[in-house]
Amino acid sequence: MASLLSVQSLAVSYGPIEAVRGVDFDIQKGEIVAFLGANGAGKSSTLNALVGLVPVASGTVSFKGEDITDWAPENLAPAGLTLSPEGRRVFGALSVAENLRMGAFSIKDKVALEAAWERVYTLFPILHERRDQFAGTLSGGQQQMLAVGRALMSNPSLLLLDEPSLGLAPKIVGQIFDLIALLRDQGVTLALVEQNVSMALEIADRGYVLASGKIVASGPAAELARSEALKSAYLGGE
Amino acid sequence: MDLLLQQTVNAFALGGTYALLALGLAVVFSIMGLINFAHGELMTIAGYTLMYCGIAGVSFMLAVPLAIAMAMIAAVLMERIAFRPVRNSSGATMLVTSFAVSMILQVLFQNLISTRSQAVILPAILSQSVTIGGLVIGVNKIAAIVATIVMLIFLDIFMKRQKTGIAMRAAAEDFNIARLMGIRANTVIAGAFALSGMLAGVAAVLWVSQRSSVDPHMGFLPVVKAFIAAILGGLGSLRGAVAGGFLLGFIEIYLAAFLPPGLQEFRDPIGLSIVVAILLFRPNGLIPAASLKSEKV
Repeated sequence: MASLLSVQSLAVSYGPIEAVRGVDFDIQKGEIVAFLGANGAGKSSTLNALVGLVPVASGTVSFKGEDITDWAPENLAPAGLTLSPEGRRVFGALSVAENLRMGAFSIKDKVALEAAWERVYTLFPILHERRDQFAGTLSGGQQQMLAVGRALMSNPSLLLLDEPSLGLAPKIVGQIFDLIALLRDQGVTLALVEQNVSMALEIADRGYVLASGKIVASGPAAELARSEALKSAYLGGE
Repeated sequence: MDLLLQQTVNAFALGGTYALLALGLAVVFSIMGLINFAHGELMTIAGYTLMYCGIAGVSFMLAVPLAIAMAMIAAVLMERIAFRPVRNSSGATMLVTSFAVSMILQVLFQNLISTRSQAVILPAILSQSVTIGGLVIGVNKIAAIVATIVMLIFLDIFMKRQKTGIAMRAAAEDFNIARLMGIRANTVIAGAFALSGMLAGVAAVLWVSQRSSVDPHMGFLPVVKAFIAAILGGLGSLRGAVAGGFLLGFIEIYLAAFLPPGLQEFRDPIGLSIVVAILLFRPNGLIPAASLKSEKV
C-alpha cells in the first residue's frame, strides 16, 4: 500500500545550523505516529518543514503520491495536510469562532463547512460555549483545544500535532490524549511530536526517535518503549 | 465656548483625515511590516484624478469614486511591481523601496503633469457653510466628518464580518499560521494594499476639498502626519491608528487655536513634544497591536 506521507532524506538548516540531517520516514493511512527525542533533536523542524513553515534544504516530501516538497503553506490545507503548531499559536485577538472560521478557510462547500462546525463543536463543547470570546482570554488547555479544533476545521486527512500537551495540567493532558484516540477512530491519520514519551508511545502505533537531527531508532511503539536508543536519545547519547 | 466647539469640529475633520491615512499605513504594516511612505503618492494620484475629471467636465459625484478607484488600482500595482520582490526582506529594505517608489512617482508627476500646483474644480457647495446652533461649519468639514464615520463603519464591518477581513486580522497577528490555514499570502497582501489605497483615496478627496489644488508633493506632509499618528496609536494596530489620527488632529487644531500668538511659530515643535511625551508613558502607543502583545506572553 502506498504511504499517505513519505519523506526521503529530508534536511532542514537554519543558516549554518543543520537542524535536520537527512531523515526518512513514512506514515500510513489510519496510523498514529509519534516523533520522540530530546529538545533540539529536530522534531519540530521536521514537522514545520512538511507544511512549508521552514524551507526544506534537501530531500523530498510526498503526500498522497504527490511531491509537495516546495509547496507554499497555503496549498497544503486544501490538499488535506495541516499542523497544530507548537505553543498553540491561536489568533488571540480573534474570537474563538473566528479562529475556527479561519481554520476552515479553504473549505468552499457550504455543507462541508457546516459539518466541520458540527464536528468541532461536538468534540469541544467548551469552544461552542466560548465562541464569542477572544481566543487570547482562554486558558492554556482551552487554547490547545482551539488549536486542534482550528486544524480540524480544514478536514485534514493527515493532522500533525506539535507538542499538544506542552504546559498543560495532567488532567487536561489526559483529555488531549483521549481526543487523539478519538480522532484516529474518526479516520484521521496523526503524527505527533511529544515530550510526554510514555503517553505518546501508549497511544501511537509506531514511533521514530530523533537525536541531533537524525533518526536513531524506529519501530512499533511497544518495542520502542523498551529500547535503549530511546533512553540514550533523552539522556544525550548518540 | 463657541470657539472651543468650532475648533472641536475642525479637529474632528482634520483628525478623521489623519485617521483614514494612518489606518491605510497600519493595514499594510500590520500584515507585512512595511511602512509605505509612497502612501502619500496614492493620495496625489487620487488628487490628479479629481483634477482631470474636473477638466473633462465629469461630475464630482462620479469623479470621487473614480479617484478612489484609481488610488486602489495604483496601490495594488505598487505592491505587485515594487513590494512583492522585496516582501521577505528586512523592514529597512522595504522602507527604502517605499521611498524610491515615492520619489519616482513624484518625478513622474513633475514631468508628466506639472511641477506647479494645479487647481481642482470642486462643487460650489463644498466651500459654503451652514449654521448649526450658532456654529458656522464649512460643508467640506461636515463632509470630512461624515466620510470618516462611514469609512470607519465600513472597515469595522469588513474586518469583522467578511471572511477576507477576518483573514487579514489573522494574518496581521501571525502570518505563517494564517498561511497554514490556507489563507493565500498574495491575496491577503493585495487586499491590504487595495484597502489602503481606498483609504488614501477617500483621504485625498477630503484633503483636496479643503485646498482645491493638487501638486506633485501633495501627499508628503499628510503621510508624515499619518505616520506620526500611527506610531502614537501603536504601529500596526487599527484601533490605535484611528485613536492616534484623531488625537493628532486635536493636538494640532487646539494648539493653532489656543496657543498665545507669540508661541504660534513653535506650534509644530510643541505638538510633536506632546506626542513624544505620550510615547514616553506609552511606548507601544495608545492601543498596541495584538501581535506585539502576543509576543510578550
